[in-house]
Amino acid sequence: MSQVADTDQKLTKKDFTSDQDVRWCPGCGDYAILSQIQKIFPELGVPREDFLVVSGIGCSSRFPYYMNTYGFHSIHGRAPAIASGAKLANPKLSVWIATGDGDAMSIGGNHLIHILRRNMDIKILMFNNRIYGLTKGQYSPTSELGKKTKSTPLGSLDHPFNPLSLALGSGATFAARTLDREIKHLGEIIKRCNEHKGTSFVDIYQNCNIYNDGAFFDLTDKETKAETQLILKDGQPMVYGVDQSKGMRLNGSKLESVILGKDFSIDDILVHDESNKSLAFYLSEITLDPNLPTPIGVLYKKDKPTYNEMMVDQMSEAAKSKGKGDLNELLKMGHTWEVSE
Amino acid sequence: MTTKQQKPKEEIDTVVIRFAGDSGDGMQLTGNQFTENTAIFGNDLTTLPDYPAEIRAPAGSLFGVSSFQLKFSKNEVHTPGDDPDVLVAMNPAGLKVHLQDLTKHGMLIINTANFTAKNLKLAEWEQNPLEDDTLNEYRVIKVDMNKMVFNALDDMGLSTKIMARSTNMFALGLLYWLYDRDMKSSVDHFKIKFKSKPEIIEANTRALKAGFYFGETIEAIKTTYSVPKAKFEKGTYRNIMGNQALALGLIAASQKSGINLFFGGYPITPASDILHYLSNYKHFGVKTFQAEDEIAGICSILGAAFCGQLGVTASSGPGIALKGEAMGLGVISELPIVIINVQRGGPSTGLPTKTEQSDLFQAMYGRNGEAPLAVIAAQSPSDCFFAAFEACKMALEYMTPVILLSDGYIANGSEPWKIPDSNKLPEIQLRKVDNPDNFAPYDHSNKKLSRPWAIPGTPGMEHRIGGLEKWDETGHVSYDSENHNHMVMLRQEKVDVIANSFKETEVYGKEGGELLVLGWGGTYGAIRSAVQRARVEGKSIAHIHLRNLNPFPRDLGEKLVKYEKVLIPELNLGQLNSMIRSKYLIDTESLNKVEGKPFTPSEIYSSINKIIKG
Repeated sequence: MSQVADTDQKLTKKDFTSDQDVRWCPGCGDYAILSQIQKIFPELGVPREDFLVVSGIGCSSRFPYYMNTYGFHSIHGRAPAIASGAKLANPKLSVWIATGDGDAMSIGGNHLIHILRRNMDIKILMFNNRIYGLTKGQYSPTSELGKKTKSTPLGSLDHPFNPLSLALGSGATFAARTLDREIKHLGEIIKRCNEHKGTSFVDIYQNCNIYNDGAFFDLTDKETKAETQLILKDGQPMVYGVDQSKGMRLNGSKLESVILGKDFSIDDILVHDESNKSLAFYLSEITLDPNLPTPIGVLYKKDKPTYNEMMVDQMSEAAKSKGKGDLNELLKMGHTWEVSE
Repeated sequence: MTTKQQKPKEEIDTVVIRFAGDSGDGMQLTGNQFTENTAIFGNDLTTLPDYPAEIRAPAGSLFGVSSFQLKFSKNEVHTPGDDPDVLVAMNPAGLKVHLQDLTKHGMLIINTANFTAKNLKLAEWEQNPLEDDTLNEYRVIKVDMNKMVFNALDDMGLSTKIMARSTNMFALGLLYWLYDRDMKSSVDHFKIKFKSKPEIIEANTRALKAGFYFGETIEAIKTTYSVPKAKFEKGTYRNIMGNQALALGLIAASQKSGINLFFGGYPITPASDILHYLSNYKHFGVKTFQAEDEIAGICSILGAAFCGQLGVTASSGPGIALKGEAMGLGVISELPIVIINVQRGGPSTGLPTKTEQSDLFQAMYGRNGEAPLAVIAAQSPSDCFFAAFEACKMALEYMTPVILLSDGYIANGSEPWKIPDSNKLPEIQLRKVDNPDNFAPYDHSNKKLSRPWAIPGTPGMEHRIGGLEKWDETGHVSYDSENHNHMVMLRQEKVDVIANSFKETEVYGKEGGELLVLGWGGTYGAIRSAVQRARVEGKSIAHIHLRNLNPFPRDLGEKLVKYEKVLIPELNLGQLNSMIRSKYLIDTESLNKVEGKPFTPSEIYSSINKIIKG
């Protein structure tokens, strides 16, 4: 196997770039994500013909057209269902979903929770810009309460979803967050997704420079990001801030931020454990707290049997116990009788 | 078995029996057992189960009545019959609901045990019909079945509740005796069904025999009846229900084409059985996926079809409505999928357990944009096998979604089926490709106008499909107005050319004449019976039953104009009628019924009689 891969000519970014003109608005965060994925895919050790990218509807859902892989640009919200059918039809494929916050969490909410619950071996990249872009600027299910948009001139009345809490609550076995502006981190997360067997859910903060410009400014601006990003590393203490001067501590049942030095040492700081689901919830829940940093990275990862593997097992067990089906025998099952002339 | 007491035996051609009781009385089971036995005996038959939408409707209530009708004969049987000759009423509600249908002087077998004051009140009988003259016109056999069964099971130490569950088998045994049958098929059935519960096998067998021997001993029944075997073509037969035949047809097409079947669906009455059946055939490479909703059901099969499998989903009207958008995606992405609609009474939730044909327009037009797809209809329980096979063949050969219409009546009804030789089923030709040279994903340059099927995983053929309009050949996204026009025409033509594969339309009766009865779907049996009767009387009449509703057969127009009048009976307000009038600009008469019940042959016959005098 590895020999074949080694002697094969190396795939490059160019191999994954389709001949179609990219039609996102100039300055859109999607460009950076596309470019990084085109760069990372050749490094994943998967033959190009085994990639399938499925999407729904929305700006981000144009993604498959720009990837020179097999692709299916489908209908609003339904990518998880289509991708599930594809994966079950051919479990060998590496199936990726490109979706947005509206596509995944609003019209496609039902499919999202069920794909996570089933743990299909499919990777979900949710481009989260907290706005509806393609329909020209209405609030989305991740927009903040009171968001003023074309459809909510007095501010929205919807409390937003917390995507990672939703994913964890639905049984996600891989939940992570990254940002369009942190392409190196994004690339690492893509690689982690690829390694994970099961549904990977990635909340990718992405800037819509037309309808929601600067939504993640604090998180991406050089001046502030050291203070606002909590970059998670498995087995490492949760420190952040300029000169890594702050850390996260569990005080009773609350996560709090403390300054290292006089009162607290590095030993007081929580160590990240990707396999701890309770901790993942704690981290996810501080996301919208303005006084605490935003967790970035893999919040949770757990190995659990995948639906597709279990289906393959059931199929082969049935074939083993019943033998390969014979059509003539099947048609004649049950009580039969002969009529002779 | 003990020697049979000699009572005179009368030979008759045809019998219609109806079992009626509470939904907890096991009427469907009793009916199915009698059906199985009748099929093995060698009569032709058709059945009509009728049950409430509520799983456990309040005991004794009128709306909780469950019934099962069966017609069997030495002659060809096309329908479960008009009015029953024999009614088995297990409780006052069953009697109340069904007595009006029983033929004059018909036989009425009643379980008196359930005629309590409470049950009589629930069934809205003001007086006990067993005690006044309500039943004077019928041949009534009153039996306290519970008492008889309890006596028979006396030494078994079973609870009253368990014992009461066997009373339906007493009724079955009595009918076996009445129609001169062997009890073996049911005894065998108990042994398989209750394998792990020997006491239930024993209880049911004893109850069955008690009913049988009761027939021998009572005075009230003076004769037994025998219906001679029907003349069937040579072959191997089994009795089959519509949904079961449909599932087998799908598997047969999968086996024949070498393309694995992927079924994605969501439970809905009366289509769920298709999912149940298919889930047992994993060793045939059948994958079943119970999705989170109707939309996911169809979307999963689109994904599977893109990845080289035969995608099938099944639902009923409300579920089909939810699938509409995805069907459009199937049309524009030209993928081989089959969408089965086992129609039921609508609109909305409507009458979930009752039959109707009111989703023809939905199948034809229920999508946004110009989104034509092939529509075919099954006409009887056993025909569901062939209709399903044809639908799959069409989807795979033309690379198009196909809608297969069935209905609650044929889905749950059953009839004897001459089992086909799988080697003689038609071949299915695929347009699978794996050579990247000159590959164009939307290359339609072939007579069937099908798109090549290049499956993910094949090197060098990476391409994208989707819901945005595509350039012909390349499949790239296109907003070009001329190309859109071209593609809309192409998708229409793609459906139209399917008609090139149809055989000449079959006419029952003479080509040309006074009246043509044109039907589609599950009304076949009732129409054929009525037309048969009219032909015997020398009327100038013929019957065409449409398999293909989109596209219509090319010769249909010329056939229609050969008749002075065309009558179109449908279980809707005239949907085919409207399609025929608009396509062929001819005058037609529409016969409509929307009562959640199939046509009876006499309803169609009397309509024929109004048109053809004398």
